[in-house]
Amino acid sequence: MIISDLFQETFAAITVNKVRSGLTILGIVIGIGSVIAMISIGQGAQGTIEANIESIGSNLIMVMPGFQRMVGSQVSAGRGSAQTLSQEDADAIQNEVTPVKAVAPDVSRRYQVTAKGKNTNTQVIGTVPAYTDVRNIQIDIGSFITEQNIRSLSRVAVLGPTTRDDLFGEGANPIGQTIRINRIDFKVIGVTESKGGTGFGSQDDMIFVPLSVAQRFLVGDNYVSTINIQVVDQSSMAAVQQEVITLLLQRHNITNPQLADFQVMNQADIVATASSITNTFTVLLAAIAGISLVVGGIGIMNMMLTTVTERTREIGLRKAIGAKKKDISTQFLTESVMLTFFSGILGVILGWVLSLIISKFGSINTSISLFSILLAFGVSAAIGIIFGYYPARRAASLNPIEALRYE
Amino acid sequence: MIECRNISKIYKSEAGETHALKGVSLAIKDGEFVAIIGPSGSGKSTLMHILGALDIPTSGEYFLDGKDVSKLSDDELAEIRKNKIGFVFQSFNLLPRATVLRNVVLPLVYAGTPKEERETRARAMLVNSGLEESHFYHLSNQLSGGQMQRVAIARALVNNPSLILADEPTGNLDTKTGEIVLDAFQRLNSEQKRTIILITHELYVAEHAQRIIHIRDGEIVEDEQNHSRRSTNHINL
Repeated sequence: MIISDLFQETFAAITVNKVRSGLTILGIVIGIGSVIAMISIGQGAQGTIEANIESIGSNLIMVMPGFQRMVGSQVSAGRGSAQTLSQEDADAIQNEVTPVKAVAPDVSRRYQVTAKGKNTNTQVIGTVPAYTDVRNIQIDIGSFITEQNIRSLSRVAVLGPTTRDDLFGEGANPIGQTIRINRIDFKVIGVTESKGGTGFGSQDDMIFVPLSVAQRFLVGDNYVSTINIQVVDQSSMAAVQQEVITLLLQRHNITNPQLADFQVMNQADIVATASSITNTFTVLLAAIAGISLVVGGIGIMNMMLTTVTERTREIGLRKAIGAKKKDISTQFLTESVMLTFFSGILGVILGWVLSLIISKFGSINTSISLFSILLAFGVSAAIGIIFGYYPARRAASLNPIEALRYE
Repeated sequence: MIECRNISKIYKSEAGETHALKGVSLAIKDGEFVAIIGPSGSGKSTLMHILGALDIPTSGEYFLDGKDVSKLSDDELAEIRKNKIGFVFQSFNLLPRATVLRNVVLPLVYAGTPKEERETRARAMLVNSGLEESHFYHLSNQLSGGQMQRVAIARALVNNPSLILADEPTGNLDTKTGEIVLDAFQRLNSEQKRTIILITHELYVAEHAQRIIHIRDGEIVEDEQNHSRRSTNHINL
């Protein structure tokens, strides 16, 4: 049988019962469409998160406290909770590690903040002037914290734009106003520019205060939560990271790096971690959508089995005039693959439309990749083969005599 | 040239063994028009299935044009049917949603005949079986019984087979259309020297053949030349 004949026969067979074929492929169309839409959401989210992380600053290494575990004990106080990093550690890094551009320690906690009766709960970061360079922060109005503020323990605060909006109303100029953080008055001296991050961990919903003030009046101790290090260029990241680890191990008198009471992360690590999370998320979404593909495949199989039964006499006749088993099985397999392939095309269109709708009305970024489209076609063809195989084999193995007698 | 030597067919089922054919031997020369007649359950259908290479005998040998086809696999049998045998069935077995022309072309599709040649041959066969050209593109289920059977005959002939097997070809037709179909067979035999085997349970139908083989309980009970051959007076189609 020539391929064009095969297609002609297949097309004729599929179009004979248009409603049934249509309803059957609908299952696959929805399956493929939702897989594509889900992958596009996952990949869109991944892109957004990566962009957010990169907006934190460039060539950034962050040192955070680790957890301390007593020798021989299984109890840990929880990663990040330990108080092991100090201002002195930050100074040492600044002085001893060579290709460092800027070092900015910070103390960060969430506090209830009030201003003129308005109330919000936000991240308060005590830090030093270098923070603006390290974290790539621009000042919109007023000024950032100065060395003078730190030395003289000035109770001044710089607001993130979101926090400003929350406390003083959108676009207001709060310079000179007073806010209360944890029942202590602070004078607002500046507002930062928006960095565009949204949701949890937003770069815009923050209040900056001098490090010394945060340590003395808010937290009440001399430790720091993070030491932010900006490295001169991308290529020296690894070397600097290693130097920082060696220096801190030495300063903390720890010989076994496994027992370090701090952890060092760089931006690439954070991006990788976030990517692996969104990947898992994408796979999960796609897998859930994939269930509908399996259900759709069973629908195809069901239809093909019905078709084989209905066309038993036709199969008998084809065999009587000389069709071999392979001719018959190829014919029915082509039918199911053509059905699923057609569903694949419609499914890609549906998924594409869905993701457009989601990004338009759901304010979630979506991105359709060539990979997900190829995947959809591959999967739909595979479904056609897998779920069409059994009906096709059943048709091919029919006994021509019995098939011709079939009523 | 058909030669059967001592053919037996035993069907095994839970109820036990059924001996459908018990040592049948027969020879049919090229160009003969033979009727095989017997009541239902006589084994004539089983014999037809074996002669038509749809089935193989439990024992015995069957030579078709000198080739032993009694021990072939399913696909090898399909090859024999494709090249050497044309079937005409009681219930026509046309593809209902295909055109008349497509039905006749179908055996050539499996035979791998080039596309251009197929249509020419199919048209020639249809004209030959007396179907008007205006019907060629009708769907086969829009035809009358007699027309359907003529399409089926054209389909059986399109491969130029050495043997035409007609299984109760008039069983679903009224007497008059049945006559037309039988006439078509007689003409194929007399004008084109086709070998035709006609399976029937009606003596009246069998009497159109040159030779009548009576089969009963799986055995040939009588094999006679039909001297008082019925003529259909070449009814005009």
